[in-house]
Amino acid sequence: MLGAFLETLIGGLLTGVLYSLVALGFVLIFKASGVFNFAQGAMVLFAALTIARLSGEIDNKEVHLANFVVAAAILGLAVALIGWYAWREFVARGGGPDERRKMQILAAVGALVGGIAAYSYGKGAWPIWLAIAATAAIMGLLAYAIERLVLRHLVNQEGIILFMATLGIANFLDGFGQTLWGSDIYKINLGLPKDPIFLFEAVFPGGLLVDPGELVAAAIAAGLVVVLAIFFQKTRVGRALRAVADDHAAAQSVGIPLNTIWLIVWTVSGLVALAAGLIWGAKLGVQFSISLIALKALPVLILGGFTSVPGAIVGGLIIGAGEKLSEVFLAPILVKAFDLAGGGIENWFAYMLALVFLLFRPQGLFGERIIERV
Amino acid sequence: MTTRLRSFPDVLLSVENISLSFGGVKALTDISFDIAKGEIRAIIGPNGAGKSSMLNCINGFYHPQQGAITYKGVRRSQMKPHEAAEQGIARTFQNIALFRGMSTLDNIMTGRNLRMKTGLFWQALHIGPAQREEIEHRKAVERIIDFLEIQHIRKAPVGQLPYGLQKRVELGRALAAEPELLLLDEPMAGMNIEEKQDMCRFILDVNDEFGTTICLIEHDMGVVMDISDRVVVLDYGKKIGDGVPDEVRGNEAVVAAYLGVSH
Amino acid sequence: MLYREAGQFKTTYVADQQIFPILQDRIFVLAVIVAAFLAVPMFASPYLYTEILIPFLILSLAAIGLNILVGYCGQVSLGTGGFMAVGAYAAYNLWLRVPELNNLIVVFLFGGLMAAAVGILFGIPSLRIKGFYLAVATLASQFFLDWLFARVKWLTNYTPSGSVAVGNLSVFGWKIETPADRYLLILGLVVVATVVAKNLVRGHIGRSWMAIRDMDIAAEIVGFRPLRTKLTAFAVSSFFIGVAGAMWAFLRLGAWEPLAFDINRSFQILFMVIIGGLGSLLGSFLGAAFIVLMPILLNQLPGWFGIRMSTALLSHLEFMVFGAMIVFFLIVEPHGLARLWAVAKEKLRLWPFPH
Repeated sequence: MLGAFLETLIGGLLTGVLYSLVALGFVLIFKASGVFNFAQGAMVLFAALTIARLSGEIDNKEVHLANFVVAAAILGLAVALIGWYAWREFVARGGGPDERRKMQILAAVGALVGGIAAYSYGKGAWPIWLAIAATAAIMGLLAYAIERLVLRHLVNQEGIILFMATLGIANFLDGFGQTLWGSDIYKINLGLPKDPIFLFEAVFPGGLLVDPGELVAAAIAAGLVVVLAIFFQKTRVGRALRAVADDHAAAQSVGIPLNTIWLIVWTVSGLVALAAGLIWGAKLGVQFSISLIALKALPVLILGGFTSVPGAIVGGLIIGAGEKLSEVFLAPILVKAFDLAGGGIENWFAYMLALVFLLFRPQGLFGERIIERV
Repeated sequence: MTTRLRSFPDVLLSVENISLSFGGVKALTDISFDIAKGEIRAIIGPNGAGKSSMLNCINGFYHPQQGAITYKGVRRSQMKPHEAAEQGIARTFQNIALFRGMSTLDNIMTGRNLRMKTGLFWQALHIGPAQREEIEHRKAVERIIDFLEIQHIRKAPVGQLPYGLQKRVELGRALAAEPELLLLDEPMAGMNIEEKQDMCRFILDVNDEFGTTICLIEHDMGVVMDISDRVVVLDYGKKIGDGVPDEVRGNEAVVAAYLGVSH
Repeated sequence: MLYREAGQFKTTYVADQQIFPILQDRIFVLAVIVAAFLAVPMFASPYLYTEILIPFLILSLAAIGLNILVGYCGQVSLGTGGFMAVGAYAAYNLWLRVPELNNLIVVFLFGGLMAAAVGILFGIPSLRIKGFYLAVATLASQFFLDWLFARVKWLTNYTPSGSVAVGNLSVFGWKIETPADRYLLILGLVVVATVVAKNLVRGHIGRSWMAIRDMDIAAEIVGFRPLRTKLTAFAVSSFFIGVAGAMWAFLRLGAWEPLAFDINRSFQILFMVIIGGLGSLLGSFLGAAFIVLMPILLNQLPGWFGIRMSTALLSHLEFMVFGAMIVFFLIVEPHGLARLWAVAKEKLRLWPFPH
């Protein structure tokens, strides 16, 4: 019994690390811009699809050819739009050397993306590291496009409007990713070990069964979480991010460029999405349902707080463990007691857990008590 | 400067040994004073002295850790803001707290809400009692609108009104409740001379015509000394003076803490 | 030139407090309602009924319900689909288990009341949780209710697939059979519900909601009880949503499973409210029209240009265009179609003079 409990707990905690990772993407953007970014899940899907298609073999060229034409047209349009915006700004400012360099970088990134798109359809099967690097560049470009085309035009709007805009972005990205890369189920092969390992065989009969792939994935995620925490606390950019989070106007008045900061956070959370997509994709295959893991990460947010990095980490672990434990130990009891057609309570248990917790501590795990003033 | 010397036999509200702190920060320390029925009572003090916190304690928004407030003979250690409203305490705010998405008329109508009793059913039909009630209260609100001379902005969304008018609408909302005790938090902050004169006139008229007891926070010493009957002086959360304006003016601690430096 | 209110003086408060104070507005709205009842049945095809008019009307009602909560009371909810499901399944169980009743009005009211009860239950956290925290918390209701109707066999009458069906419907002896019958019933209910909603939002209850929305602290100090006010909004909102859910199940689908009310439905209704205009009943209708018509248009569009696409590609493109349009729309007019309408009316009032 204890062995089964611990096995479930470990499995839950390992999944929890991934929830933390996705939640972290939310937290980063919310902290720095007050935007509740519902597109985080779509970003995970998009990143996972991109990696999978760049690194995987292409088996069915004809089906995707039509998609490719459409996708190339849309990508071209997007790049052209960004280019137009940048050019307009370039002309408006009279074009200093800084601007020129920005333009050059932009052109380079655009060319890179075009090259990747073309090359991938020519051959596919890139080495995984190259696919990841290219996807990272694409996520950066995506962040740039979102900042340029959407956020910049919605400055000073209410939170709910920005939230709705991210719902729009999520819709767009879901469609875009699948138009571009097709909607089959893909695999990402990270070369993770597959054979289960047994821990503590001396303590428990038969030991505890742990999937080493999950262990590695959790380690990667944990590493990323630590890097991000350091990035936030110690670097100059991190300090600027926190300043922006406290007060947009005040941060601007001391010379922190808001737009650049937003671009950085969206890029960083794009990279976080990439990591999450990579790990989830390797674990479960890349398919549309990946974008739904964002919904799994939301209880983590209310538990840990929208603005707390440690909250996202601890919250993720609690939710991951709670979810698995409830499914394994509570669901059968419920099924028996109420004559249910199967368990499946993990879909809402995490939410209820977070909700009940909030009733007693509305500021979340790590939030500070808010003193209201009038 | 003439000080109005009136006498008020009945105590409406008394504050006894109130202490309030946020975490380690002491906002109020052992404050006691009383407000007599029918008077205009001013609370003054430098920024951060705890004046607004004091009002927040009186109308139940903050709950002091120690002390009690006796209002209309009932002694309480704390109550909820809507209970204070039900007991006849209305207030305005330092930073205007109007309902920005609603019109002037609707904002002032909210002041009457405690008197509007028709339930969901009649409201849904909007006939019979619901309509009669709406019109009866609309009449009362129109009287306040006339009194405050804001007829022309009756249907305008308050979010778009200039500052001075918003302050007036907020006063209207408080008056609509026909309060016994009216708390005004810096009613004249950020106003020009003319707007201040108007506001003074309104405050004095409310006090004279309706007999409403008023407790106000104000920084303009001229105004305070002119219109208030008695003054409490706070500094760093402690009471350093209390009395009629002339007494306060002569109090050395007050002069040192406040009057001497700022005016 | 025709649209002027000059000369229309209000001499009583009753006249001043009408829903449409301007005479031309009254005539216009009356004409629209009369046309909807009398003219539409003369020419409408079954396709127009089932694919456009019926979804439009029912979803408008759901949007009105959500708008009361989000637009008027300021409490963001992502649980609309769940409350629609409560309405649908409550109505189904009453219809199923009390067959003698067989009156859709009663069945729908029951669905609405049950949804209101569940709404109150899930509204309780709103006292302590605000803003996006509340939005996420309402997802709890969505997922829990989804699960409840999928797993508790009694609620779906032990059908093996979990899918339930209704038939042989009537209202006070009037058999609801053809699409036209269904349309007229829905239209009647939606008109009544809209008048009720309007009455609520213009009275003291509506003011209490808006006060909480605009500044909850000040509202409490003015004397509104926050919990009671919010729960009233949750109850009324869920009632409308529940009735809409029951109508959707009975009159639009006929046979359905819990998937019909999943989280995508919640988002769909939220889109309607935001695109239509927060805090506007007219906006709820405009938003519903927009969201119902746009996918139909997007589906037809390639055909008109003679382009043939696979359905998968088409659906992906629809996602993209839909997302892009939402973003575009929010940038152009964050206050929704209702604001555009108001601006147009203002222009018309002054026309042909520019100012």
